[in-house]
Amino acid sequence: MSISVSNISKSYDAVKALQDISFEVKSGELFGLIGPDGAGKTSLFRILTTLLLANEGTATVAGFDVVKDYKKIRNSVGYMPGKFSLYQDLTVEENLTFFATTFGTTIQENYDLIQEIYVQIEPFKNRRAGKLSGGMKQKLALCCALIHKPKVLFLDEPTTGVDPVSRKEFWEMLKRLQQKGITILVSTPYMDEAALCDRIALIQDGKILQIDTPQAIVKHYPKQIYNVSATNTYELTNALKAYEYSHSVYPFGEFVHYTDQRSDFNPTELKAYLESKNLSDLVIEKTKVTIEDTFMELAK
Amino acid sequence: MKRFIGFVKKEFYHIFRDRRSLFILFGMPIAQILLFGFAITNEINNVDIAVLDHSKDATTKEIIYKISASKYFSIKQMITHEADIASVFEKGQVKAVLNFENDFSKNLINDHKATIQIVTDATDPNTANTISNYVNAILQQYQLELNKGTTTPYQIVSQTRMVYNPELKSVYMFVPGVMTIILMLVSAMMTSISITKEKELGTMEILLVSPINPFQVIIGKVVPYIFLSVINAIVIVLLSIFIFHMPVQGSLFLLGLESVLFIVSALALGILISTISKTQQTAMMISLMGLMLPVILLSGFIFPISSMPVPLQIISNIIPAKWFIIIIKGIMLKGVGIQYIWKETLILLGMTVFFIALSVKKYKIRLE
Repeated sequence: MSISVSNISKSYDAVKALQDISFEVKSGELFGLIGPDGAGKTSLFRILTTLLLANEGTATVAGFDVVKDYKKIRNSVGYMPGKFSLYQDLTVEENLTFFATTFGTTIQENYDLIQEIYVQIEPFKNRRAGKLSGGMKQKLALCCALIHKPKVLFLDEPTTGVDPVSRKEFWEMLKRLQQKGITILVSTPYMDEAALCDRIALIQDGKILQIDTPQAIVKHYPKQIYNVSATNTYELTNALKAYEYSHSVYPFGEFVHYTDQRSDFNPTELKAYLESKNLSDLVIEKTKVTIEDTFMELAK
Repeated sequence: MKRFIGFVKKEFYHIFRDRRSLFILFGMPIAQILLFGFAITNEINNVDIAVLDHSKDATTKEIIYKISASKYFSIKQMITHEADIASVFEKGQVKAVLNFENDFSKNLINDHKATIQIVTDATDPNTANTISNYVNAILQQYQLELNKGTTTPYQIVSQTRMVYNPELKSVYMFVPGVMTIILMLVSAMMTSISITKEKELGTMEILLVSPINPFQVIIGKVVPYIFLSVINAIVIVLLSIFIFHMPVQGSLFLLGLESVLFIVSALALGILISTISKTQQTAMMISLMGLMLPVILLSGFIFPISSMPVPLQIISNIIPAKWFIIIIKGIMLKGVGIQYIWKETLILLGMTVFFIALSVKKYKIRLE
């Protein structure tokens, strides 16, 4: 086990940030913590990176206890906080050199690990980190977190505020790092990124809702989901919510995801109902379950 | 060690790339010293003086003529009685009175020695000092001319009397004071800001989750500022010697050592401040309100401690700056050695150890 968390609870005054969290991450696994802002992801990261002490429970990272052996953990993990946390007044190269020196290594020594990422920002190596674009900043931060060849990599919302292309590139990099044997714990509020993890934990209000592979999570969704669309999505949502057999109604992009309470649901019946509500251009079609649907269902 | 050097190097990058901190570090000490320096070495022009000439002979006439011919003085009044000296001062008509003794010329020729008294109004000690220096310079000049080709030199002895503030207590006061303020500011405020900056920007999180020891971080933060503070102290001393002609009577080595001690105590205070403040703003406010004000008001820099109300006198004892000012005043102005200031040094040392212990104890190895 690379990371093992058992019964961790953490509260700030009256706010319960984490309640009885337990899970395990296998060696070499890419594990995702999926949940909205304020779910407790950052608190969990900070406990595992020895920055915070849990009120209850124990945890180990790379075989070391997060309280007793915190120094050993600090030697062997890479951590990328949610907020961009590099020196903005140092250049790309200076930042990397500094972190390499801090970890008692050099850029050359572990260059193979960061090469793929670093070549993308190398043209800007004399630019101050504060003047980089969002995607570049994250790439640099990842390089800095990797420079000492950590056993476990903690990435707290690495793609928040990053454009879609850079996000995709970033996840490709994570996949490649995983192949090099690094265990990765990553958190994200983007459900579409969850599918890229080996296993995910859905987390909300400090509680874990479900832990499984993304495929299994989607597979276990109990109902058939329908994409419903009409000219007026707002009216449509209200009408669907008012429908007597409706089970769940969530806006999802240009559609509304709808599930029915009945197992023998007939879309034409719903269409008739919606037409009676003066909605036009109605489309009702089956769609595949996404992680987001599962999350919404579990978070109900 | 490599780790540590890397850290110190990074600190210097921060300092030299931030214009604001550079200005505080180097602009301020120089500006302060120059401001004070020029305020004190202010040239005098057309200062009104009065003359009390008891002998009224050729020599005194010549001297009076020379003085009134200089652009520095204008003779406002000739007075005839000793008693008038007080009254012209009280009326504020003149800044100085030249008092020639009886038989000035005769004494000069017979005894080769005559005396002139320069009485100055020392409510403004700087001007008083300058006036007496200028008068003396003119007298010297005159003496030189007089002594040309004579074997036994004639000597005019001037006696300077400063009325109202005979010891000129505040004249050289500002150098120790400014030095104390600058060292406090640079050391405490800049360190506390630079540590809280890491917290605010989140880099502290990364530093904590790295093999670098928190104490290495602290020492790494402190070393550049010790270095810069020492440079500042040297600049201040040099400026005050060369621009302000301030005499440094005592040992420069001892002065250096004591300054380093004070710098370390201020740095420890800075670290302490950084442990209790989350943002740079807070750190700055605490440094300014909690350190600068007491240093300016309660250290004896501007207001003499002996004239403070008793409670404030007691409070002033816990201000490191008070002891440092006593120490450097002793060294710079009185030229005393360690045997006279060991008590103050010990107190400062004790405070330093206390602050270091406290900040080490309060220093967090985690985020909260």
